[in-house]
Amino acid sequence: MMRAKNLLGKAVVTFTGACAFVAVAAVVWIMGTIVWGGHRSITWAFLTQAPSNGMTEGGIFPAIVGTFMLVLIMSLVGVPVGTITAVYLSEYVDRQSKVAQIIRFAVNTLAGIPAIVFGLFGLGFFVNFTGKGMDHLFSPTGTLHWAQPNILWASLTLALLTLPVVIVSVEEAIKTVPRDLREASLALGVTKWQTIWRVVLPNSMGGILTGAILAVSRGAGEVAPILFTGAAYFLPHLPKSVSDQFMELGYHLYIMTTQSTDVEKTLPIQYATTLVLLMLTFALNFSAIFMRYRLRKRRVFA
Amino acid sequence: MNTMETAAPYAKLHTKGLNLYYGQKHALKGIDLDMKAYKVTALIGPSGCGKSTFLRSLNRMNDLIENVRIEGSVFVDNVDVYNKKVDEVQLRKKVGMIFQKSNPFPKSIYDNVAYGPRIHGLRDKAKMDELVERSLRQAALWDEVKDELKKSAFALSGGQQQRLCIARALAVEPEVLLMDEPASALDPIATAKIEELIWELKSTYTIVIVTHNMQQAARVSDYTAFFYMGKVVEFDFTERIFTQPKEKQTEDYVTGRFG
Amino acid sequence: MPSDSKSIDPGSDAAVPVPAESPAGSLPGGRPVSVLTPKPSEPNMSANISESASGKVPDAESPANPRPGSGNRRVLTMGKPLRLGELAIEKSIQGVAFVSLLFITLIFIFIFKEAIPLFGSGINKAESHATVEASETYGEDAAAPSKPEAPELAQKASHFTPAELGGKTWQPVSLDPKFGLLPLFLGSLKVTLIALLIAGPMGIFAALYTSNFAPMWAREGMKPVIEILAGFPSVVIGFFALVIMASVLQNLFGFEYRLNAFVGGVAMALAVVPIIYTVSEDALAAVPKVMTEASLALGATKWETALFVILPSATPGIFAALILGFGRAFGETMIVLMATGNAALFTPHIFEPVRTLSATIGAEMAEVVFGDIHYRVLFFVGALLFIISFGLNATAEFFVRTRLMKRFKGA
Repeated sequence: MMRAKNLLGKAVVTFTGACAFVAVAAVVWIMGTIVWGGHRSITWAFLTQAPSNGMTEGGIFPAIVGTFMLVLIMSLVGVPVGTITAVYLSEYVDRQSKVAQIIRFAVNTLAGIPAIVFGLFGLGFFVNFTGKGMDHLFSPTGTLHWAQPNILWASLTLALLTLPVVIVSVEEAIKTVPRDLREASLALGVTKWQTIWRVVLPNSMGGILTGAILAVSRGAGEVAPILFTGAAYFLPHLPKSVSDQFMELGYHLYIMTTQSTDVEKTLPIQYATTLVLLMLTFALNFSAIFMRYRLRKRRVFA
Repeated sequence: MNTMETAAPYAKLHTKGLNLYYGQKHALKGIDLDMKAYKVTALIGPSGCGKSTFLRSLNRMNDLIENVRIEGSVFVDNVDVYNKKVDEVQLRKKVGMIFQKSNPFPKSIYDNVAYGPRIHGLRDKAKMDELVERSLRQAALWDEVKDELKKSAFALSGGQQQRLCIARALAVEPEVLLMDEPASALDPIATAKIEELIWELKSTYTIVIVTHNMQQAARVSDYTAFFYMGKVVEFDFTERIFTQPKEKQTEDYVTGRFG
Repeated sequence: MPSDSKSIDPGSDAAVPVPAESPAGSLPGGRPVSVLTPKPSEPNMSANISESASGKVPDAESPANPRPGSGNRRVLTMGKPLRLGELAIEKSIQGVAFVSLLFITLIFIFIFKEAIPLFGSGINKAESHATVEASETYGEDAAAPSKPEAPELAQKASHFTPAELGGKTWQPVSLDPKFGLLPLFLGSLKVTLIALLIAGPMGIFAALYTSNFAPMWAREGMKPVIEILAGFPSVVIGFFALVIMASVLQNLFGFEYRLNAFVGGVAMALAVVPIIYTVSEDALAAVPKVMTEASLALGATKWETALFVILPSATPGIFAALILGFGRAFGETMIVLMATGNAALFTPHIFEPVRTLSATIGAEMAEVVFGDIHYRVLFFVGALLFIISFGLNATAEFFVRTRLMKRFKGA
């Protein structure tokens, strides 16, 4: 009886352990394959040249630049908006209040909407509605300028998609600022906003940065929202203004693997592009994890 | 007690029928209390008796806590601070507070003291230096830190941190200091320093101190109020509270029979 | 501003002399004291004091004369200063905070707005032709540039009725376009279920392992690695499935089409595992320690406790994890776009290519004509995805909020 029980116990532990192991092994498998397949093709030239010969040769420089610009514009919009929302939720309203619950519900809903729906929205709202409105306003002659997919609309779509990431991260950081510090400031006859600005936000800087990094990492990896809001197959030059289209790493990878004229020949390029994309998101995620770890430690010891 | 004795102290703060509720809990029950100018008023009583809550309602710090409802009045210089027209920010400038746990900002010693005045608009560097020094001197900390003003406040010992918090409060030039068990986390030597400081500060400020420690109340205060179950059981000169209390409960408490 | 200071007490007199300067400008503290407003002595007040209960000191000293040099240095002004900056900032913060809400509403409006003209004709079949044409005109108004397509559109429109959406054929680009969504719906369902069947047990058991059985080093090592999987861009998983996994699985199972629902489902499982794992782990960790200890104290072994006490207690959370995983898999686009073969077949087989709802939008939206039926049907598909994900998230939240919390709070 006892022995059977012990055996069963061992079986349970082994089985659950195997599940965990398989999940870990999958990660290692994917990473190993991509690193193995891609590392030889990553050269300075690959990183700094444009694709050539019908995208079967050359590098991915425009896609790197495009991705960078995309997430930059996205962060410039999304991080402040997300931070302010988090400040509002944690400093200005009661957690239990109707307003807080409604906004939180909206944020949660936003976080759950599929990326492709954001893409549709970007097309319907930014390109076809806002863009068209701007064209009507600025160029009565009827030339299409803003009512086309471009990097601005793609960035804004992504900013919306990553907004919940920023909000959650900043809120978490704001929670770690001890109540004592707030009270110390308020007891000196300092107003609420000044307290937030001088005490709460400086002490949440880590969380804001973490939120920004996580958002960038998420934004850099999402392709579905930019499919029809601004990404382009191939462009002979880099985007010069926010109303230009752009190339992007993930989109470039998608195009190369599914629409390339010669899939076999470009396989090394595909691997290398994947590796670059993966390294980029990893570097971002690792720094976010590291910062969050430091943040948590502070909460424990402070 | 001192030379000012002959002049009657006027009630810098007084409360009238002050009731406070945390949700359903009735935490303060109709408190009427005078706190005289340039005197130290000690609030004593067992934990949970409402003395800290009372203290925090004097500069409206309880406004920050959810589900708190307040009835009655708190007068500071005869202005009801719970009047809708009174600005709690200005009130707190005038009625400073020292907390139980020292809570310096994660900044330098200098910046901690300069924090309040800077926000209140003091830009002049020389004046700021002067104010910081004066505040630190008043808090009896200057000699210990004058050479390391740029150091983090966290480098200081517990007692020094608490005196830094006092200096920080003094720098905004309040008239009243509310102290919420300022020495409860400190060792006896640091506690003695804080008590000495309170004794000196009362010539310039009206002080209300919550304390757990009856000896401390006896040492530093002129008046003592004994709180029990959200009520003031007895309020009198400190000497009388400790030598000839009128109420049985007070006597039991100060003689250490409960609490 | 003494004039601003209004004394509450009726006994106070407004005409109290105001000394221009404090006689005791220097108090013992050595601090210069700024301008004073005198505190009027108040007979009424002092009368109150002597009468009132415990709160007043029986004062032997002469009644409430202001102490020499005492008084207000800074008068509490009645009347809040108008902090315009502060107010403006607060209002702006409030405004910005509503951006999320605003955009949820806008998403709802804009997705549905583009899809709704499809149903203009739904009520009366006889009028369908006219109504759809009218809606097309409306669409073209919004889409000024696309004039040339008009005749073709009209022709397509005449064929379309909303009932077609329930059809079994998806053939949007042909002479006789068919907009049956069933194959797409089935495709999404197939891929999602395969993903959940793999990722569900794997994520839940992995969570049970790392939260209960794993030695310290394994927990510290495995958790971040599985969480890293969540950071994989879905194109990367799609690429991996397309280039590597499809071939491996084909060799293993010997199916005919290299890209099919099964490959898509397995790839999708990779994307879903971290979600299920993380949410389950949170739920497992939230089980109060007392429950675990009670079980152990009764002589149950660690694994019995984990399996029969902790796991059942965390069911609402685990259920929420599965729902969230389902939602993620159902709406995910890039993986299915790359790994499922994208043929809109209406078959029950899992080894045949499928086309999902999300992949259909991803693949076709870039090529449709603005405002035509195909365009609107794709938006309708988007609306479906929106509603489904919305419903799933609400359900998951319900489970976590009410059930899980109730259980642990003993309500």
